[in-house]
Amino acid sequence: MHPRLELRNICKRYPGVVANDDVSLAIQPGEIHAVLGENGAGKSTLMKIIYGAAQADSGEIFCDGNPVAAHNPATSRALGIEMVYQHFALFESVSVVENIALSASSAFHLPSLAEKIRELSLRYGMPIDPHRQVHDLSVGERQRVEIVRCLLRTPKLLILDEPTSVLTPQAVVKLFETLRQLAAEGCSIVYISHKLDEVQELCDTATVLRNGKVTGTARPKETTSLELARMMVGSKLPEMHVSPPVPSEKPVLEVTNLSVKARDHFGVDLKDVSFDVRGGEIVGLAGVSGNGQAELIALLSGERTHGRSDAIRISGTPAAGLRADERRKLGLAFVPEERLGRGAVPSHTLWENTVLTAHRSGTVRNGLVDRRKASAFAAGIIDRFKVKANGPASTAQSLSGGNLQKFIVGREIALQPKLLLVSQPTWGVDVGASAFIRQTIVDLSRAGAAVLVVSEELDELFEICDRLLVICQGRVSPPLVRKTTDREEVGLLMTGRTMSKDQMASGSGDVALQD
Amino acid sequence: MRVAAPVVASLLTLIVGSIFFASLGHDPLPTLYAFFIEPLNSLNGLSEWLLKASPLILIACGLAVGFRANVWNIGAEGQFTMGAIAASGVGLFWPNPDSVLLLPLMFIAGMGAGMAWAAIPAFLRARMNTNEILVTLMMTYIATLFLSYLVHGPWRDPAGFNYPQTALLPTAALFASFDPAYRLNPSIFITVVAVLLMWLFTDRSFLGYKMSVSGAAPLAARYAGFRESAAVWIGLLAGGAAAGIAGMAEAAGPLGQLSPQISPGYGFAAIIVAFIGRLNAFGIVLGGLLMSLLFLGGEGVQMTLGLPSALTRIFQGILLFFLLAADFFIFYRIRLIRPARDTHALETA
Ligand SMILES: Nc1ncnc2c1ncn2[C@@H]1O[C@H](COP(=O)(O)OP(=O)(O)OP(=O)(O)O)[C@@H](O)[C@H]1O
Ligand SMILES: [Mg+2]
Repeated sequence: MHPRLELRNICKRYPGVVANDDVSLAIQPGEIHAVLGENGAGKSTLMKIIYGAAQADSGEIFCDGNPVAAHNPATSRALGIEMVYQHFALFESVSVVENIALSASSAFHLPSLAEKIRELSLRYGMPIDPHRQVHDLSVGERQRVEIVRCLLRTPKLLILDEPTSVLTPQAVVKLFETLRQLAAEGCSIVYISHKLDEVQELCDTATVLRNGKVTGTARPKETTSLELARMMVGSKLPEMHVSPPVPSEKPVLEVTNLSVKARDHFGVDLKDVSFDVRGGEIVGLAGVSGNGQAELIALLSGERTHGRSDAIRISGTPAAGLRADERRKLGLAFVPEERLGRGAVPSHTLWENTVLTAHRSGTVRNGLVDRRKASAFAAGIIDRFKVKANGPASTAQSLSGGNLQKFIVGREIALQPKLLLVSQPTWGVDVGASAFIRQTIVDLSRAGAAVLVVSEELDELFEICDRLLVICQGRVSPPLVRKTTDREEVGLLMTGRTMSKDQMASGSGDVALQD
Repeated sequence: MRVAAPVVASLLTLIVGSIFFASLGHDPLPTLYAFFIEPLNSLNGLSEWLLKASPLILIACGLAVGFRANVWNIGAEGQFTMGAIAASGVGLFWPNPDSVLLLPLMFIAGMGAGMAWAAIPAFLRARMNTNEILVTLMMTYIATLFLSYLVHGPWRDPAGFNYPQTALLPTAALFASFDPAYRLNPSIFITVVAVLLMWLFTDRSFLGYKMSVSGAAPLAARYAGFRESAAVWIGLLAGGAAAGIAGMAEAAGPLGQLSPQISPGYGFAAIIVAFIGRLNAFGIVLGGLLMSLLFLGGEGVQMTLGLPSALTRIFQGILLFFLLAADFFIFYRIRLIRPARDTHALETA
């Protein structure tokens, strides 16, 4: 029998880097195959080559024993190959069902397609409303759309490029059930993730890439995550040092009785939110995506303003009415969850992207952009955070996902903020770099900055946070001290079960669908 | 790729133009020669070429500042007209017609009027989120009719045999030509300065940087806290100022007086120039020279070969069409999907 997919000697160069260097691998029908590697190792590039979204410079691809030549995503789909991109490929201005219809290569009937999407997404524990506009969706919800789009078509080979980075734990469990079932029916799955425990739970085999080359294969179920990590990184993982917090006397960020109506009826109203963050401590905001985090973070960052100015205070100054750059003057820095298009301008170079928020740090003089300073600033970030990039002149969109994340986190930390807001700090970042980013955040806080981390990853929050808040349906819980709480308590608060009775009765964890 | 599109579009325009000439019964090659080469064969031709390119380039530079931030001012024609009216008003009615201050005053009046005309849509967009495309276009009609009212009524030259035109501007209100035989005058230096300013603004200044972020990624602009209304104001006022100055330079240059036909469509043609020039200062210079040649060639073949005067507009249209098409095919690929049997599924397809 032929393997479902076979790659022979695939090479791909981009200016200045060899993204894939002589990569060969084979995937059998029904196999779940992990591709592991550091940020910038070439995983996404390899997947795009399989899917036909990029062309290899040399090498061969066989599908069920037949050579695949000069293909593109449309022909790949005709062969039964489906892919969920790391950076989604959705049209912002139309609805979910229209998006899915657009990628269909054959006839469709919109109302029945919408019904199918609703039904399938509920069954797989990833509820989405097919009639919502994509631009209103959070990153997590967009991810669900992409996955459901692929599942609708019962593929022969399914490629998932970091599908779980923004999914809720419950959705991940459901997704894994679905994937196992698909595999049992003969579908082959290529699975990319930086979460090694997931890989161990799900995957039969793993191929490890480093600097574009295959450096080894493994059976994840029989290998420890430490060994897997070592194969990826090639050296020992750094260890975290979290010293006890020394909270400042006065809070740096104070939120008092903040209530806001959602901008549209799919958003979440914030109801009477109050909390504070002191200098020297890290506060985590846990919650299932779509419970008001996006609204809260936009209000805190200044992307959205609020009429009652003292609802938010930064170092005592009423700030709710200030724009983002005015708040930055008060010492705020912010890492948003979308790195392309919000945290960075995709078509601009890295040095141009430093000017976006670092224009007070010497990159602008007399109203003119100082290219040398900006380049030096960017080079400093690239160096310190080990961003894999060709240099300050490469565009943001040419970076691999994790590397752009490192760059944006690095830029905001380099501003030496008094208050740092971070949304999903290590989304898509490899194990080594995650540890580094977390350590940098801890060091920043111990040097006196106040840090608020919004994350869906409880492990991450428990690792670095001193206090935890839980957001559910627009309400924020009273703070929990990390030392005296546990995952169960937080998990329950996240699903709102201790907060409302009907949630308990329905027994489902999918509070994210507001209708 | 971005540079390829204008080149491809220009070539396709030439090809379609040839077919056009042939269908009108003219041999394409000599006609193309008459259209594109002959106008530049004389010193006078070169002078006319630059004279017409100058307002096009000037206006396009101003418009491109806004276009880069997705602020769509398509009413430069109206701002041009208001600039010409205000400048001529100063020239005609200033108490001392020999004052050396006359030209500078007219410059300020023209620029101010163009900006004021653009400030109305800017205010409406920034405050009430109206669509600046519609408002700027409608304001153009108001400006044109206002000009018509003035030259038919209060400003009509009493000694002008009832022609709808004002009296001639005094000599001190005119740019003196470099050479009495040709019409090219020093106002072309204004355009040169504008091109340099535009380059400095878009490529070097922080303000220009903010505008380009607003255009390329509005969410990133909001993330950084760049004021959206600032982009709207700067974008529209830059276009208005440039168009107003161009209007002043026309009135104080080749025209010397106001009449209903002060512009052969410079304000609209400049939009095409900005896009052919890829919203880049030096690209716009090339685009303006090309567009000016279309104006000259159109006039030329109208006189020598008796071809219709609409030819210039047709060429402009074809050029813009091919430019947009070339851009489209560079960035998108068309795929046909078999329609579903159930037809109401197609309503959003
Ligand atoms: N369009 C492009 N132009 C230039 N370089 C590119 C481009 N796409 C990717 N690269 C480079 O190729 C290398 C591999 O990138 P790739 O996206 O495949 O990494 P990855 O393994 O998916 O990383 P991550 O875990 O961060 O997503 C990186 O060094 C990246 O900068
Ligand atoms: Mg990737």
